[in-house]
Amino acid sequence: MATLKEVKLKIAAVKKTKQITKAMNMVAASRLRSAQMRMEGFRPYAAKFEEVLGSLAQSSGDADNPLLVPRAAIKKANILLCTSDRGLCGGFNANLIDKAEELAKALTARGIEVVFTAFGKKGRDFLRREKLTMVAQHIGVIGGSIGFNIAATTGREMVTRFLESAYDEVYIVYAEFISLSKQLPVAKQLLPIPPLVLEETRVADEETAYLPEHICEPSPEELLGEILPKSVDIQIYRALLETSASEHGARMLAMDNATKACNDMIGNLTLAYNKARQSTITAELMDIVGGAEALKG
Amino acid sequence: MAEKTLKLEIVTPEKSVVSENARIVMAPAVLGEFGVLPGHTPFMTNLKMGTVRFVDQDGKERMVFVSGGFAEALPTKVTILAESAERRREIDVTRAKAALERAEKRLASEERENIDFVRARAALARAILRIRLAETPRI
Repeated sequence: MATLKEVKLKIAAVKKTKQITKAMNMVAASRLRSAQMRMEGFRPYAAKFEEVLGSLAQSSGDADNPLLVPRAAIKKANILLCTSDRGLCGGFNANLIDKAEELAKALTARGIEVVFTAFGKKGRDFLRREKLTMVAQHIGVIGGSIGFNIAATTGREMVTRFLESAYDEVYIVYAEFISLSKQLPVAKQLLPIPPLVLEETRVADEETAYLPEHICEPSPEELLGEILPKSVDIQIYRALLETSASEHGARMLAMDNATKACNDMIGNLTLAYNKARQSTITAELMDIVGGAEALKG
Repeated sequence: MAEKTLKLEIVTPEKSVVSENARIVMAPAVLGEFGVLPGHTPFMTNLKMGTVRFVDQDGKERMVFVSGGFAEALPTKVTILAESAERRREIDVTRAKAALERAEKRLASEERENIDFVRARAALARAILRIRLAETPRI
């Protein structure tokens, strides 16, 4: 049985831990807000981009852009793995890493050589630990203020390497932010660009429905050639934003749970402390009473 | 107001920069500057770095720096997708001047054909355009 002093120290320690987890929860909450604001800011661009891409795909028909054509023989694939830089966010990184491993296994089973690009420290550390090939790493991106240029640089690099046939397929693994309590690890193919799925909602747009096809300068094919690499940048940027928001969401939840666990522990310990104190007092009383009885003799 | 207007939207990945009605929009396309009036036939082109000019509802001329991108014109709206865009009054001249200096220094030291050289040249062009636009007198 722990002595009174030990229990008291333990309570103080747990209280301090609780302070920290509570503070981290609040920091994560405010970071999440700014991450969500960035996502909000990006949405109009993404929506417009899709619109433009959609109308372009319509007017250019089935142009054989090299970025759209799947390779006959796939030898090498690159997986962009997005994770957070910091821990203490529950199973967030583990889930992402699992997803990436699953994908890598499936690819290796098909005889494809897999290399990785790491966004975030946790993913990088995993790749190092497992001695997997890592071609590039970007630390300090996710979780902070993500600039579009990092996505654009990576996107350009991937497209160039893809066209050089250095990679035959490029994937991205990231966490989709669904809600505060739900983040879904997703693996998506970046290159070759999967067939464009046109949004059904476009049909309802009566104003543009009867319009003739766009006049394009230069030709629709050339324009598509310009716009497709950009769509890769946009996918990457979106993935980075989503992962950032998810990280903060996951951390908020993890820290909230930790704070609750601290509360439980403090409760139990206080109970134990009071019991121990009570029993010491009882023991002392017994002693005094016993002593008095003995004196009466 | 009887005059017809276009809905002009200039958006970047980070935020929406302009969203207002315009009487005319002029933008620097790769194949040359073009103007759009209300009722324009659907048109799409890619933009080079430069200045988008438009006349707003009240007849005032507005200018926006864009670093290249795409423009789509429809009879009632014009959408410009740019990697970065700033209204003239939002241009940070001190930052642009610093960027100009940096780019000049790099251009002096880097090898030609080098990636950094190409990048520095683009940065230089951006900085010069920004400064020039910021210093254009209002009409």
